[in-house]
Amino acid sequence: MAEVFWPPQGSASLLGGEHNRIDGLAKCIGSAKYAYDVVPDNMLVASALSCPHAHATIRAIDLNAARNMAGVVAVEPLKKEGDEIRWEGDLVAVVAGETEAAVAEGLAAIKIEYEVLDHFVDDTDLDAATEANVTRPAGRNTQLQNRDEDADQEFERLFNEAAVTFEGHYGINVITHMCLETHGSTCESQGDKLVSHLSTQNVSGTPGQIAGPIGLTAQDVTVHCDYIGGGFGSKFAADAWGVTCAQLARNTGRPVKYMLTRSQELKNAGNRPSGFLRAKIAADKDGFVTAWDSAHWGTNGTSGAPVSQGVIPYVFNPPNRRRVATGIRTNTSPARAWRAPNHPQGCAITQTAYDDVARHLGLDSYDVFLRNLSTVGERAPIYEDQMKLAAKLMDWKAKWHPHGKGGQDGSVVSGLGMAIHTWGGGPHASRATCKIHPDGGVEIFLGSQDLGTGTRTVIGLVVAETLGLELEQVSVQIGLSEYPSSGPSGGSTTVGGVSESTRRAATAALNLLLTKVAPRLEADANQLEAVGGKIQIQGNQNRNISWKEACGQIGISPIEAQGEYAPRVTYPRNYDGKRLTDNGVAGVQMAEVAVDTETGVVKMKKFVAVQDIGLIINRKTARSQIYGAAIMGIAYALFEERIMDKATGAFVNAELADYKLPRLGDTGEIVVELYEPESEYNRGVIGLGEPPVISPGAAISNAVCNALGKRVSVLPITPQRVLEAISGGA
Amino acid sequence: MSNKHVISLELNGDAVEFLCEPRQTLLEVLRDILHLTGTKEGCSNGNCGACTVLFNGRPVVSCLVLAMECEDAKIRTIEGVACDGALDEIQNAFLEGAALQCGICTPGFIVQAQALLDENPNPSEDEIRFYLAGNLCRCTGYDKIVRAVQAAAEQRRAATTAG
Amino acid sequence: MKPFEYAAPRTEAEAVGLLAADHVETEVLAGGTDLIGLMKQMVVTPGRLVNVKEIPSMQAISETSDGVVIGAAARLEDMAEHRLLTPFSSIGDAIVGIDSQQWQAQSTLGGELLQRPRCWYFRSGAGLLAANGKRVTEGDGRFHAIFANSGPAKFVNASRLAPALIALGASIRIMSPGKEDAEVQTLPLASLYRTPRDESQRENILSKGQLVTHVLIPHPQSLANATYEVRHGSGPEAPLVAASAALQVQAGLVAKARIVIGQVAPQPWESSEAAESLVGRPIDLVTAEQAGQLAVAAASPLKDNAYKVQLAAVAVKRAILKAAGLPTGGF
Repeated sequence: MAEVFWPPQGSASLLGGEHNRIDGLAKCIGSAKYAYDVVPDNMLVASALSCPHAHATIRAIDLNAARNMAGVVAVEPLKKEGDEIRWEGDLVAVVAGETEAAVAEGLAAIKIEYEVLDHFVDDTDLDAATEANVTRPAGRNTQLQNRDEDADQEFERLFNEAAVTFEGHYGINVITHMCLETHGSTCESQGDKLVSHLSTQNVSGTPGQIAGPIGLTAQDVTVHCDYIGGGFGSKFAADAWGVTCAQLARNTGRPVKYMLTRSQELKNAGNRPSGFLRAKIAADKDGFVTAWDSAHWGTNGTSGAPVSQGVIPYVFNPPNRRRVATGIRTNTSPARAWRAPNHPQGCAITQTAYDDVARHLGLDSYDVFLRNLSTVGERAPIYEDQMKLAAKLMDWKAKWHPHGKGGQDGSVVSGLGMAIHTWGGGPHASRATCKIHPDGGVEIFLGSQDLGTGTRTVIGLVVAETLGLELEQVSVQIGLSEYPSSGPSGGSTTVGGVSESTRRAATAALNLLLTKVAPRLEADANQLEAVGGKIQIQGNQNRNISWKEACGQIGISPIEAQGEYAPRVTYPRNYDGKRLTDNGVAGVQMAEVAVDTETGVVKMKKFVAVQDIGLIINRKTARSQIYGAAIMGIAYALFEERIMDKATGAFVNAELADYKLPRLGDTGEIVVELYEPESEYNRGVIGLGEPPVISPGAAISNAVCNALGKRVSVLPITPQRVLEAISGGA
Repeated sequence: MSNKHVISLELNGDAVEFLCEPRQTLLEVLRDILHLTGTKEGCSNGNCGACTVLFNGRPVVSCLVLAMECEDAKIRTIEGVACDGALDEIQNAFLEGAALQCGICTPGFIVQAQALLDENPNPSEDEIRFYLAGNLCRCTGYDKIVRAVQAAAEQRRAATTAG
Repeated sequence: MKPFEYAAPRTEAEAVGLLAADHVETEVLAGGTDLIGLMKQMVVTPGRLVNVKEIPSMQAISETSDGVVIGAAARLEDMAEHRLLTPFSSIGDAIVGIDSQQWQAQSTLGGELLQRPRCWYFRSGAGLLAANGKRVTEGDGRFHAIFANSGPAKFVNASRLAPALIALGASIRIMSPGKEDAEVQTLPLASLYRTPRDESQRENILSKGQLVTHVLIPHPQSLANATYEVRHGSGPEAPLVAASAALQVQAGLVAKARIVIGQVAPQPWESSEAAESLVGRPIDLVTAEQAGQLAVAAASPLKDNAYKVQLAAVAVKRAILKAAGLPTGGF
């Protein structure tokens, strides 16, 4: 019988290879249907009206004129009189009509009277926020090597005794998810059944969110999402727009498409909290940080939570540490999970401080990071290994110069920076059903989704590997909530989750097949294996039958088997046996930049990413993930930010003409290295979506600092900020 | 408000006629009237390139072209890039080179790359990065897109030399 | 978009007639990369749109005894490669800077010169002057004007080509509705632009029905010229600051110079101080640097955009060096 655990390294036929994604063809020829590509006959289009005020109450709302417009079929209020609007761009009412133009006119005809209230949107200035009474304490925590000492006195002593002490200011602005396909859906209603073609990271979890509010039960609602144009953590919920679209389809009896506009997307559908930090840091002469005393703040929107304390400082855990966190409530839309929540900000505002230790002592940043690895816990040797690898790929030693002391070519200076990161990436709950048909066909069903990460292909590879088939022989069915439920795709949990359930389902199905085939091969099912499109006696290639022939033994009904992974049940707390998946990775990234000191323009020269991810299923898509993470990192390090107008509370750059993102000419050379000694392979599958997006901010900031000899405190590092740092003399 | 006009054009080699209002863009007509949804909408103001199509052989952002401007034009969309069921070298290179992830920007990039290679069969890396600068990608990392266009160019040149 | 009538005339006179109609607000469609977006946002809501791209007489690039004549409907990509324009590298530099091949293929010269300001307050419907400039001065003006900003207009002129063309001494041919036939006049390009004093004015002097049909660039006569843009990354977005220089050099010394800065004022901003400082001197790092400093001596930045003063000085310096074929010292 087939064994559920992975074959040893080197013996897999497909796992770890370079495989084309199975959804690639549809995407290259334009036949892949995203939520907004579903165009049923007789469809209405819908769009929402946004509130122009950052903070207001609705005094009166009049939808009648809109309802009477030619071409308008339905108008649905999202807010009612007396409701409070808490950010500019919040959605107030939806119009459905025959054409986009009719809808636009309907929206223009909606009359709303607002009472405008005071607003606050400045998350950068803690004193101003305190004065405006919009802060809330978000925890403080002190850790001392000499536990019994008074903290103030002990910190004073540590700072006095240190070889170097300095105060630093660091920050990272809010960015938005900016999915190229905005949030939304196309809904079709038939009697008491509703199908929502929803752009979602959570196919299995969203039917219930839609059903309740529109008076249906979850089993009456089917969520369908074959392809999704970006999510990055912002598309877990059906959201008000998903529910309203379903409601409009129910009310009108016609299919309805309702996607957010680009500016509505940026203003409502996901942003990453900001992080700002002031720290006093003490280090010994070798750059070992002996004391860390910091206050940090930031906003996640109206509820006012800062970056979690757990990432301050990031990865490193200095022996003496005090941190105070403060949240700022702003009139901005609520944050959503953005790849590796908390980590990119934590890394950007603290590993920059670690780099400043090197700057103040005139040391090599590499040596300072190395010196502090003793505080990172059990993964220290892996980081050290990865650092060596990254340094070699970057040619760090040859290129290194102390901060601000490199050569100048005209007005251009160059620099190196690095950062390190960690993430979990363990599996989410997942169920799968594998069917083997009498004609040899194989299907695998999961209520999962492929964000473009390659999930569909990974599932197919796991089935094919398990059954000894080629990838093309497996039909992967995902993206439908009617399939066995699988977790939402976030936090790098998907690849582990679907690998667990898929491998288990396929193995169970195979074992049923082996039992049926055993008599034909005059063998015990335990002796059989599926290899190379055949069922054979283990190790004996001469006694076999082809896959197709074997499936001929199934009978009339296909074989159907389930596989399930449940967190903490599949591997109980004290489980120490073999595993299909694991949790916890490390990564090291290095950046090389050039800075034009007269214009403040920063150019990426080279970026190196070394990453461990356990057992790699598809090398091609794994690499893609890291390239993609690097570019998103370059984006938030050098380009993108949400710009809030303090005077009006408006998000002023919420169109792509103003929301700056890098393009092909802005990313420089990117080198991706998968770190995969046998010890990593043996840990099993671990998710990869989050970790490589964590370090770029700090690595690039550190490279700019190394080039200039001055810290540009806040990301993104725009020309304006570079020039201000140069002239400010910080 | 029925102010509709009949527009005739050549779309992916076929003669096509449709009714539209002056205020409808080419993108809207392609997607909502002709159901050719391979051309994507990203930003609706010409900054992302997801809606790129070829207009008389030149790349345009179809979200900023009125359908009325297309009378008698030759339009080619992503659906018309593959010929006779065979993938174009660029499509093949994107597929083989993993130059796509979520795929929403992919049709725009492929059409734009098509315009590039039609104009310049042997572009340098810098020329590729420059020519594709009107297209945004949020998740692929650009690097593989550049490599794919290089690979496609090489394949096309080889095919030309051999043929 | 609001409903509108659409017309695609084949002659300039026909276009002017259509544009001049009394009963309806009209706009010229000369590419659409700017206007269509503004119409979608309902910031601009014409009742009639007149597409001038199909007018053959406005598409050509030709030569006369006075210089090179470019039709306002000529596409940027056609200009980029045209042999008559090779002496004008400052135009090529600016077109290359519009870093979207799609925009270069779609945009026309006339549309480029007359695109509306990128000011985010204007684009969100607050009006061209954004509440008499208050929204900008109280809000976020990081990309706004550092010159000529004491009145209500704080936006910057959006044209990427105007600085180069003005420095090259270009003039424009404007056709206007006349009593019987359309009338034609020729004006220096610089005088097309103005700094509006109230919301009834636009950022150009064109009145209803007027159409820019051609741009004339005088023969170069050994004019060294270049445009330098300071850009935050690539792509079609506006540069932070740009400068164009056109220098007549005789025996190693500057005989005549024109320096125009873009993205710094409600109009393309010509610096005669910078230009005059170069006359009679050779082009080198010192003279170029000095011209850059003189160009910004009168700058009056807003609270958020002081950095643009430095960028303007550097852009001027680098445009001069680039025009003279010297290294700029930066990217």
